[in-house]
Amino acid sequence: MTATPVEETVPAPTGVDALRAENIVIAFGGLIAVNDVTFNVPSDGIVSLIGPNGAGKTTFFNVLTGLYRPTSGRVYLGEREVTDKKPHKIASLGLARTFQNIRLFNLMTAEENVMVAMHSHLRAGITSTVLGAPWQRREERRAHDTSRDLLEFVGIGKVRNEYARNLSYGDQRRLEVARALALNPKVLLLDEPTAGMNPQESAQFVDFVHRVRDEKGVSVLLIEHDMSVVMRVSERITVLDRGERIAEGGPDDIRANERVVEAYLGKTGTREGRRQK
Amino acid sequence: MSTLPAALKAPRQRRSIASLAWPLSFTAAVILVFVFYRYWLPNIANSGERFVADWFPITTINLCVIWVIMAIGLNVVVGYAGLLDLGYVAFWAIGSYMGAWLMSAQFFQVNFHLGDPTIVSKGQGVHISFWLVLLAAGAFCALWGVIIGGPTLRLRSDYLAIVTLGFGEIIPQVFQNGDKEHIGFNLTSGTKGIGPIDPIGTGWLSNFKGVDPALGLSGYELPYKFLVYAVIAAFCVFVSLRIRRGRLGRAWLAIREDELAASMMGVSLVKAKLSAYAVGAVFGGLGGVAYATLVGSVFPNFTFNFSITILLMVVLGGMGNVWGVILGALVISWINYTGLGQFGDWYNGQFNSHVDFPSYNFLIFGVILVLMMLFRREGFLPESRTRLIMREPARTEMEAVGADIAAAEAEIEITEETEDELVSSETTKRADGGES
Repeated sequence: MTATPVEETVPAPTGVDALRAENIVIAFGGLIAVNDVTFNVPSDGIVSLIGPNGAGKTTFFNVLTGLYRPTSGRVYLGEREVTDKKPHKIASLGLARTFQNIRLFNLMTAEENVMVAMHSHLRAGITSTVLGAPWQRREERRAHDTSRDLLEFVGIGKVRNEYARNLSYGDQRRLEVARALALNPKVLLLDEPTAGMNPQESAQFVDFVHRVRDEKGVSVLLIEHDMSVVMRVSERITVLDRGERIAEGGPDDIRANERVVEAYLGKTGTREGRRQK
Repeated sequence: MSTLPAALKAPRQRRSIASLAWPLSFTAAVILVFVFYRYWLPNIANSGERFVADWFPITTINLCVIWVIMAIGLNVVVGYAGLLDLGYVAFWAIGSYMGAWLMSAQFFQVNFHLGDPTIVSKGQGVHISFWLVLLAAGAFCALWGVIIGGPTLRLRSDYLAIVTLGFGEIIPQVFQNGDKEHIGFNLTSGTKGIGPIDPIGTGWLSNFKGVDPALGLSGYELPYKFLVYAVIAAFCVFVSLRIRRGRLGRAWLAIREDELAASMMGVSLVKAKLSAYAVGAVFGGLGGVAYATLVGSVFPNFTFNFSITILLMVVLGGMGNVWGVILGALVISWINYTGLGQFGDWYNGQFNSHVDFPSYNFLIFGVILVLMMLFRREGFLPESRTRLIMREPARTEMEAVGADIAAAEAEIEITEETEDELVSSETTKRADGGES
């Protein structure tokens, strides 16, 4: 079986995608990290981005979230183009992310962490905060309630007044998701969410992602290395290798795809020569 | 509202009582000090009055309060938002000159009086009520906070410190050279300074018995001035506590913790940082005006030392905690103005020596700073969260190296053991980690 041409495996677009990236190219100096990748996250979909180390997954993520500006190409969130927008703007428009190595606000409580992410949805300015205007107090109270609900939702309601740095590793991962959900996102980007989890926790995580999608109505995009998680959680998988999209399709297609197997395991003897870092 | 169950209402009630705790004790402390200096001190026995006049003169107390205002302002920038600002004196200078321009005969070409009919000096120049000048200086400094903050937005840590340091040097230089010779118009009278500055008008308060219509420089008016400055300080405390608890305060903390993550969570770094600079600058401006009225004239002597001393107060007091910062400011400024000199007099009298202690103040502060950094990095009264990072290991860090937290804490306590013992406990720890 030969590699399926990429174009044929792209599902026909149904309505507006939650997130769409068109012909993204990112070059660092002479090194092309991502080369002409087109990619979409359908509404209410769970899709994964996989690929060997150095494939450009995280770089691609950073373009979506506005951290890097693409050398060329466009990014759309819903119908809105967000290509050159600032990260905080993109985030407040509904693109939330977690980090590969957890980046919580360590010296803030779990609840405060979540409330920081509500920043762009709250309106209180300096004057109303200082004067303690009634609507500002109501807004704060609502924010407290929402953050409590979110912490309950991810299952760490009990530790909401603990400092983030004192939480266990698993709870920190959950807190990151709760914090991202506080942005009220349309799309949730999870960067290697099961890193450091044991198989049992990873299995629970698969259910959790489904629950997030179903109950919060967000589309989910994962970068993940754990193939058992990827195969179980994803409705569609996109494979990057050395900055290029080499395959896209359902879990079964990807499992059977020769180019993917080759990218991961390599043709004997050729792998070292091909690796670029 | 009435349908709310009582259980839900209770916590809110408690919170409002707790939030009254500091205004009440602050007011009580201020009134106590005022009554002491205004009514009690003139009437106590000679030696006691002498002692207080030597060690705690009201002039020093007033200066201390102004340093407190400054330190609270810098705390917003450094303590809350984590932006190291080495040029904070710029706002002190701008505030002071704002006070000087609007409350003196500096601009004798015009004759503008506003707001306070009780102001004694009625000559040429701009004479605006102290309270209005506070507003104007606050607004003007906020603007300058944004102007100075703007270029620093992209910078972090060392680079930020150096740029702010530059601004802290530039602004006082501008005031020093702002005379006819240099800019063709006498804006600041250069090194001669601006003075005299109008006294503080008390308006309708002068109806009370004993309150002068204008608080000038004479001795018995100083306790009243103390009240005025304490009100300004209270305002700064109130504002910084309120903002800290709200949306903007959380954003500042988040930026202090992790700038990148904060921006990914929808926090506009530009807005949050600029508002930190602006709020800090407003406090600096208020303190500057107060300083101008306390001294009665303004000279371009705002040196780098001012910035460093304020930073020292913030760091020693406990970055991020308003009360710690106030304590730091009171202690340091008291030592600076009176404590060291008095101690020197006492020491020299005792040992018949001639050591000029006040000239060693920075040496002594340096030693204090080194000792603090070695033994109590978080300051006198740190924020609870800061103390945490100084005293306790992070859970994930410890778990990452295979230690459980109890073992790690024990580890910290035995730092004074010999190397051999340390090595052996290291191995036991590893063994423990392996078992679990």
